[in-house]
Amino acid sequence: MKSQEFLDKVLESYPSKVMKNRKKHIIIKDSNEKQEIAANTRAIPGIITNRGCCYAGCKGVVVGPIIDMVHIVHGPVGCSYYAWNTRRNKGKIREGGKNFLEYCFTTDMQESDIVFGGEKKLAKAIDEAVELFKPNAISISATCPVGLIGDDINQIAKQAQQKHGIPVLAFNCEGYKGVSQSAGHHIANNKLMKDIVGTNDEEVIGKYKINLLGEYNIGGDEWEISRILNKVGYKVVTTMTGNSTYEEIARAHQADLNLVQCHRSINYIAEMIEIKYGAPWMKVNFIGVESMSTTLRHIAKYFGDEDLMAKTEEVIAEETEELLQEMATYKEKCEGKTAVLFVGGSRAHHYQGLLKEMGIETIVAGYEFGHRDDYEGRDIIPDIKLDADTRNIEEITVEKDEQKYNLRIPEDRLEALKKEIPLGDYAGMIKDMEDGTVLIDDLNHFETEMIIKALKPAFFGSGVKDKYMIQKMGVYSKQMHSYDYSGPYAGYRGAANFARDVVAGIFTPAWQYMKAPWKTQPILNGKVEEGVEKVC
Amino acid sequence: MLNYTTKEIKERSALVVNPAKTCQPIGAMYAALGINKCLPHSHGSQGCCSYHRMHLTRHFRDPIVASTSSFTEGACVFGGKSNLSKGLETVFELYNPDIVAVNTTCLSETIGDDLTEIIKSTNLPEDKVVIYANTPSYVGSHVTGFSNMTKAMVSHLAKKERDVPSNTINIIPGYVEPSDMGEIRRMLKLLDIPSIMFPDTSGVVNAPNKGKYEMYPEGGVTIEELKATGDSKATVALGSFSSKEAAYELEKRFDIPPHILKLPIGIKATDEFLMSLLSLTGDVFIPEELEIERGQLLDVMIDVHHHYHGKKVALFGDPDIMIALTEFVIDLGMIPKYVITGTPGKEFERTIKGMFEKADLKECVVKAEADLMTLHQLIKNESVDLLIGNTYGKYIARAEDIPLVRVGFPILDRVGHSYFPTVGYKGALRLIEKISTAILDKYDETCPEEDFELVM
Repeated sequence: MKSQEFLDKVLESYPSKVMKNRKKHIIIKDSNEKQEIAANTRAIPGIITNRGCCYAGCKGVVVGPIIDMVHIVHGPVGCSYYAWNTRRNKGKIREGGKNFLEYCFTTDMQESDIVFGGEKKLAKAIDEAVELFKPNAISISATCPVGLIGDDINQIAKQAQQKHGIPVLAFNCEGYKGVSQSAGHHIANNKLMKDIVGTNDEEVIGKYKINLLGEYNIGGDEWEISRILNKVGYKVVTTMTGNSTYEEIARAHQADLNLVQCHRSINYIAEMIEIKYGAPWMKVNFIGVESMSTTLRHIAKYFGDEDLMAKTEEVIAEETEELLQEMATYKEKCEGKTAVLFVGGSRAHHYQGLLKEMGIETIVAGYEFGHRDDYEGRDIIPDIKLDADTRNIEEITVEKDEQKYNLRIPEDRLEALKKEIPLGDYAGMIKDMEDGTVLIDDLNHFETEMIIKALKPAFFGSGVKDKYMIQKMGVYSKQMHSYDYSGPYAGYRGAANFARDVVAGIFTPAWQYMKAPWKTQPILNGKVEEGVEKVC
Repeated sequence: MLNYTTKEIKERSALVVNPAKTCQPIGAMYAALGINKCLPHSHGSQGCCSYHRMHLTRHFRDPIVASTSSFTEGACVFGGKSNLSKGLETVFELYNPDIVAVNTTCLSETIGDDLTEIIKSTNLPEDKVVIYANTPSYVGSHVTGFSNMTKAMVSHLAKKERDVPSNTINIIPGYVEPSDMGEIRRMLKLLDIPSIMFPDTSGVVNAPNKGKYEMYPEGGVTIEELKATGDSKATVALGSFSSKEAAYELEKRFDIPPHILKLPIGIKATDEFLMSLLSLTGDVFIPEELEIERGQLLDVMIDVHHHYHGKKVALFGDPDIMIALTEFVIDLGMIPKYVITGTPGKEFERTIKGMFEKADLKECVVKAEADLMTLHQLIKNESVDLLIGNTYGKYIARAEDIPLVRVGFPILDRVGHSYFPTVGYKGALRLIEKISTAILDKYDETCPEEDFELVM
């Protein structure tokens, strides 16, 4: 069996210590067993991991997309610079509002700031930002040296908030914390929950109020999702955090249901909102035609309104009629092809259905920084042991807010619904994969090369760092983070966009020129001399 | 676009907005890629390494591979010694480079990890080499990092093995594109001058698609060549910010005379480059091919000067490129209204001011250690006809409706830069084509219909 051969070959190539470590991060799916994968542990130095850092997870992913805040990065110039417009979280200004997404703000720490501390410079930078940009709120993100030199960014934030009368939030997301971007998600969640969510009681008008959690509007995904949800009749209170504003997030507690797209990055807030304000959350998937329709049916079922369910079916029919015909043409072209998906903490799972709709089977999938629950499902959360590298990431607990808590649906109905729809639950990626397929956590450069050689997929969905090596090996690689500057890929129109792009990528005429003609055709007039290396 | 950038300029002392520079290690990583069979290694937490690889990959659209020490919080307390030692062991066992070039980040620099000690105490395969440079992100910019790693190449490897220097000339091409390094190499070949160029990323970050992946492509200066730089008879360093430190190091250690020149961008700087090569070799002979190229460039400069003469241009980017470009646009009869770099250094302002004075340009502004918000504000106060700089200029270009010619690092939204040079006579011709096209395209888009012309 190919998977086993591949795995044996990878492991036997490793030095013994590396082998012992990596062995636990790779499994071949076998539904007869209860399988466990090692995840969310430190990367092996020198292994060439694809992972980023805590700062990237906090500022780059969760906090940065909030459009009307000035996000000041406290550190040397690099961290702010690399996260400047490189993640495609789009945002559109509200009437009378603000949008700072085009800007990059940093304290640009110098040697003297490292030696004497950067607190004064940070305070001054906030003053300057307020004066020049008059933002609705400010975030401060810490970078590696900030923690080491002991700058107290929380104190600076507190003073600035008093001085300027706008919220100033400090995020202690130094790059070395945790083992990946994941720690940054957690740190960002804690702060958003403690300081923003629930602070805006101005009533949101609308019948079926929902939040989209863990949706960052890459390439306009959120706009396409909202377009469909609005059509059915939902009121999106806020999205966390794609195209969101400070005040919209502050009113998140008013929604009656939280839809969780990216479980990894936002499950903390989803859980805390349920405990504090009584609104349940549900795992959704807006990627792919079938997943989109299933998700819409699940939401309607939660609200339990006959009209809503009827309207849902009407919208599904209207949206999918022509789309399914178009998808069928792509399927005809791609049927039988195979895919590898290696994406951050959620997309490696979400896109498998859409690929299947195109006739493409996912044979390897993995996350950079998923935790065991993202692979194995939330049931195993009690079994997860925190190791020394992640123990220092703060765990906060929230309590019922006596004034604002409101049980959205009676507990017995909630329990009954849980049997039908994924309320408060995520079953993980393994469950949806076929026996014999491979799951790899924290895939590295070496393993990527081995996968291509051994399994020769037609499609490799990953990031920009490995895209070009894969394509030099003759395999189409699609960036699943940036969508190769296309999108949206979510929702119904997104499914068609994705399929169209993938077909173009697999069938672009250039692939047929991979071998030069003089390497495949006999050269008529030449003769091969002995002792001379053959040209063809 | 950029709606919060006000016309009124208020001095900022703490907040940098839209920087015109990035941090040291990415420059060091780029330099390290210019060594044959070298794996760059980032000694810090892994986020830096990922960001630097991503950014270079986006610019070159080619694989950029580098490893990292992957610091965790524990390593911050106890130092990154075991991370680096184990990291290097893993790198050699698994990826088998001939050489690893280690750079640091603000993390390991703030901690104070002693690279010399750590690497000395690491068990390395005998035939392998590790070089390293300290590249604190809170000093200078990516150009400084490039310079530090380039210097490290000679301080760790160069040797003097001959009593009499060889005929070879060391060429340090500066922080330029692989296409530029290729073009410099082509000129040297035409001149028949034996040389060692380092670093040399051509063939590494613009590698062909051969249907198989090569982790270490053919390009790059070899370790043997780097060793031999100690025996060369002279060093020509192009671009003082990125190249002079390595040249001075060779002078200090082996008494090899350093010749610090501008990057050969434009007619004058290319002339100077060739003239100093001739004087170094004692030759008075320029091959016909180069003579023709120079003549073609001059021909075009005269023929189409009316496209750009008198036009005001704002330039921003890395100091060496800005210095050479400013001289070239002055030679084209343009007015370099604003010249901006994010990289600190008084030498930059002094050099550009000298050019302004020589050309009798009164109201032009030069600023080092400035950001793109400042440039935008200057433009709001008095606009220009053209912007020349990297991709980040596209926001200002759109906001102020000014055409942008993409030159420098990074270019993330267009292709070509890694395959076609801007240095040499050929590069100058390409720059004119870009400048002229940008200005004429704008005219064609905006002129009244009755003024729309067939021949221009």
